[in-house]
Amino acid sequence: MIQARGLAKRYGDRRVFRDVDLDVPAGSFLLVTGPNGSGKTTLLRVLAGLAAPSAGDLTLPARHTIGYLGHEPLVYRELTPLENLNLFARLYRLPERGERIGMLLERFGLWEVRHERVSTFSRGMRQRLGLCRVLLHVPELLVLDEPFNALDAEGAALLDEVLGELRTVVLATHEPERVERLATERLAFA
Amino acid sequence: MNYVRDVGALTRKDLLLELRAKETLPSMLLFVIAALTIFHFALPAGAGDAAALGLLWSALIFTALLGLTRAFVAEREQGLFDALILTPCDRSAIWLGKALAVCAFLVCAEVVALPAFALFFHAVGGRTVAAVALADIGIATVGTLFGAMAVAGKARELLLPLLFLPAAVPIVVGGVGGYLWFLALYDGVFALLAWALFEYVVAEI
Repeated sequence: MIQARGLAKRYGDRRVFRDVDLDVPAGSFLLVTGPNGSGKTTLLRVLAGLAAPSAGDLTLPARHTIGYLGHEPLVYRELTPLENLNLFARLYRLPERGERIGMLLERFGLWEVRHERVSTFSRGMRQRLGLCRVLLHVPELLVLDEPFNALDAEGAALLDEVLGELRTVVLATHEPERVERLATERLAFA
Repeated sequence: MNYVRDVGALTRKDLLLELRAKETLPSMLLFVIAALTIFHFALPAGAGDAAALGLLWSALIFTALLGLTRAFVAEREQGLFDALILTPCDRSAIWLGKALAVCAFLVCAEVVALPAFALFFHAVGGRTVAAVALADIGIATVGTLFGAMAVAGKARELLLPLLFLPAAVPIVVGGVGGYLWFLALYDGVFALLAWALFEYVVAEI
């Protein structure tokens, strides 16, 4: 699924990370840990195909089979959850989008507020919607950067449940104990 | 067919965002009316029609710039380019969808600006209306490309005018002179360039 050799990323003179070797086979769960500023987010952006590495070889699955959730839920705040998910479902060319959207909104507890603007939502509700967006097209590879941020206990439990059902996951977190049981590969930044 | 559907969905999204937020269009309308009012009082009595027409084009270009600075606000502030470029839609569809929305805002601003110009200065001829319509296409295509480039830059508020205003000089020349063929050529060349280059602009935003 992901193969990286000698991966490095620089922004100008600043080196973010270097010499990262990775083998993430299909069906595995890569847990990325490390302190703030160690390069976790940048690595995840590279592994999601959103940033090019400065050096090294990287093999990734096709762009549209990747789901990425960063520090922001990546949804339009002036649109409703239904409008947001409809837009992305169209762009992903999902055949039965109404059914899929309804199922995700129900599961993440957003069905009742599906016609309300996202700008009125709490951070936790927006994060739930971000998870709906990222799961919409059933991605083969899911890249999640601190996905537990802002989620309440119920939301976090829901995410735990969802993570157990997914195929290949790369996840960065400050709370490794939450997902330690799922991890099959580990990468710790110093 | 998928390309057309993607462009349609993205344009609809931008129009809906403006309908909800009501930030860009009211600012453009207020700006163009204020600019024309100032020009009305600033232009010396007896100045020719050509001078007034030059002021109309100046007002339209700066109104467009105002709209373009807001074009990618949602994508920039909420990091939405990341979500959009991971979808299977062609990256140029993102540019075209945005350019169509920008074009729609420009047309709305001009629906108010041209009668206001006629009221303050002189009647607007069919040639000027045609020139303005052609200019809208050029402004939207080039401006949207530069708007996306500015999102990636550090001094984005500074970068967009610095990129857009020099590129808009031929539009003003064509518009004031009423050279419709020149404006059509500009539209064709720059639309093609922007369509081809947008992929590289959003490669690493």
